[in-house]
Amino acid sequence: MELFVFGCAALMVVIGAVGVITRKHPVHAALSLVLTLFGVAVLFVAQQAHFLAAVQVIVYAGAIVVLFLFVIMLLGVDRVENLRTEPLAAQRPLAVAVSLGLIGILVAAFATGSGVLHERGAGLKIPDLANESDANTTQLAQSIFSQYVVAFEVTSVLLVVAVVGTVLLARRTKSAVTENSK
Amino acid sequence: MIALDSLLLDEILWAPLLIVLLKVVVVFIVGLLATMLMVWFERKAIAGMQNRIGPNKTGPFGIMQTLADGIKLFFKEDLIPNRSDRFVFALAPFLSFVPAFLAFAIIPLGGDFRDGNGGEVTWFGHVTKVQLADPPVGVLFALAISSIAVYGIMLAGWSSGSKYPLIGSVRASAQMVSYEAALGLSLACVLLLAGTLSTSGIVAAQATITQWNVISTGIVPFIIFLIAATAELNRPPFDLVEAEQELVGGFNTEYSSIRFALFYLAEFMNTVTMSALIVTLFFGGPQPIAIGNFVFDIPLVPNAVEGTFWLLAKVLVFLYIYIWFRATLPRLRYDQLMDLGWKVLIPGGLGWFMLLASQRMARQNEWNIILVTTISVVVMVGCYLLLQAAFTQSTRQRETQGPMF
Repeated sequence: MELFVFGCAALMVVIGAVGVITRKHPVHAALSLVLTLFGVAVLFVAQQAHFLAAVQVIVYAGAIVVLFLFVIMLLGVDRVENLRTEPLAAQRPLAVAVSLGLIGILVAAFATGSGVLHERGAGLKIPDLANESDANTTQLAQSIFSQYVVAFEVTSVLLVVAVVGTVLLARRTKSAVTENSK
Repeated sequence: MIALDSLLLDEILWAPLLIVLLKVVVVFIVGLLATMLMVWFERKAIAGMQNRIGPNKTGPFGIMQTLADGIKLFFKEDLIPNRSDRFVFALAPFLSFVPAFLAFAIIPLGGDFRDGNGGEVTWFGHVTKVQLADPPVGVLFALAISSIAVYGIMLAGWSSGSKYPLIGSVRASAQMVSYEAALGLSLACVLLLAGTLSTSGIVAAQATITQWNVISTGIVPFIIFLIAATAELNRPPFDLVEAEQELVGGFNTEYSSIRFALFYLAEFMNTVTMSALIVTLFFGGPQPIAIGNFVFDIPLVPNAVEGTFWLLAKVLVFLYIYIWFRATLPRLRYDQLMDLGWKVLIPGGLGWFMLLASQRMARQNEWNIILVTTISVVVMVGCYLLLQAAFTQSTRQRETQGPMF
C-alpha cells in the first residue's frame, strides 16, 4: 500500500517537473508545477505529516502559483516563447554545469548525512494517529516558536524587506511623475 | 498508513470497507441533492422577496425545476471557442466542481456529540463517525480545497481566449486570494479556543450555547468569517466575478452545455458547504441547542439521528441568510471590495486574534485579567490610530502627487 502510494505520488512529481521544463506555454508550465506540488503533498501525507501537506497545498498551490498565473495573465505574456533567442550568452552550458554540480552536492549530502538525519530525528516521537491527531501541529509549533524562533523571525523580516523593496522599486519617483505629466 | 477513518486503522475487512464506500456514495448523493434543492430554494425565496412567483410548473412547488434545467443543459450544444486553449478549457470546470464536493467530506453530518461523546455511532457492529473523513488537519483541508477552487475560475476565464472572461477571472482570483487571508485569521480564533484542528473535535467542544464559538470567541470572528466566506463564494454582494452588467457573464461567458452546468453546480454546492462549515465552526454543528443543563431534545428520535436534524436546521438558516444577502445588498465597487478586505477585515481579524491569545495566556498563567484587558485595549486603540494615520497620509499623498504606480 505504501509503495503504491509512493509510486503514484512520485510519478506525479516527476511528470509535473518534466512538464514545467518542457511545456513551452508559461500557463501550462505553471499548471505542471501545481501537479508537482500536489505530488509532494501526497508524499507528506504518506509520511503522516498531515499539517505540512495542508500547508503545502494552501501556500504553494493556493497562493504562490496563483500569483504566478496572475502575473502571467496580467502582463499578457501568455504566448508561446521563442526559445531560439538567447538573452544571456553562454546561459545553457552554464545551466548544465550548475545543475550537474547541484546533483553532485545533493548525492554527496545524502550519502554522508543519512546517519546524522537519523540521529536528529530520534528525539521526535512518531504521532499515534488514533489517539492524538494534533501531535504534528504541536511538535512543529514547539520547535518553530521555541528552538528556532530567531531563525523564524529573521526569515519573516527578510520576507517583509523583500516586499518593501519591491514596492519601492516599482514605485515611480516624484520626478518621473512630474515629467510624465509635462 | 494512509487511511484517515478510524474504521480503516485496523486490518482492512469487507464490512468496514463497505461502510466507507456507502458513506462516500451517501455524501456524494446528499451533496448533489442539497445543491439541487438549494437552487430551487434560492429561486423560490428570492422570487418571494421580489414579489414574483418563481418556478412553479415542474413538480410540486416547482421543486423539480433544477432537474429539468439540468437535463436541458445536458442536451445543449457543447461549444469550444476557436481561440481557446482546449485542454485547459476542458479541465477548468472539473477544477471547480471537484473541490466543491471534496470540502463536503470533512463536515460532521450528524452523530451523537452529547455528554462528551465524540460523535461516534455504531453501524452494523462497527464504530464510525457520521462524516466521510476526519483528517487530523480537518479545517486546514477545507482551506486548502477552497484555495484549489480558485484555479477553476481563473483558468476558465483565461482559457476562453476572450476579453471579458479574462477580466472576470483576474478579478476573481485577486478577490479570492485576498479574502482567504481574512478567512484564515477568523478561523485561527476558533482554533485557538478549540485547541484542535479536527472538525469533530471542534464540534465536540461546543456542548452548550455559551460554548458555541460564535459566543465564546466574541461575535467578531464570526462576522469576519461570514463576510469573507461570502466573498470567497463570489456571491452577492461580492459577485464582481460575474457582474452581468459589466462583464456580459463573467468568467463563464464562453461556456455552454454541461460544462456551464458544472460551474453552476459548483457554485451552489460551495454555498451549501460553506454554510455547513460556518455551522460546524461557530454554531456547534450537529449539537442540539442546550442552555446550561437544559437540552432541547427532539422526542422519539434517537440521539445519533437527531444530530443530522439539528445540522440541517442550522444550515438552512445560513442558506436563507445567503439568499437574503443577495436580495438585499447592492454589489460593491471593486476598490471598495479591496478596501474592505485588506483595510478592515484583515487588521480586524489579526487584532481580535491577538486579543483572544492574550486573554488565554492571562487565564493560564493567572495574571490579572482586568489589567491584561486594559493594556490590550489600549494597544489595539493605538494600533488603530496608527493605521488610520497611515491611511490618511497615503490618501493625501495620492491627492497631491497622483497615483504612484
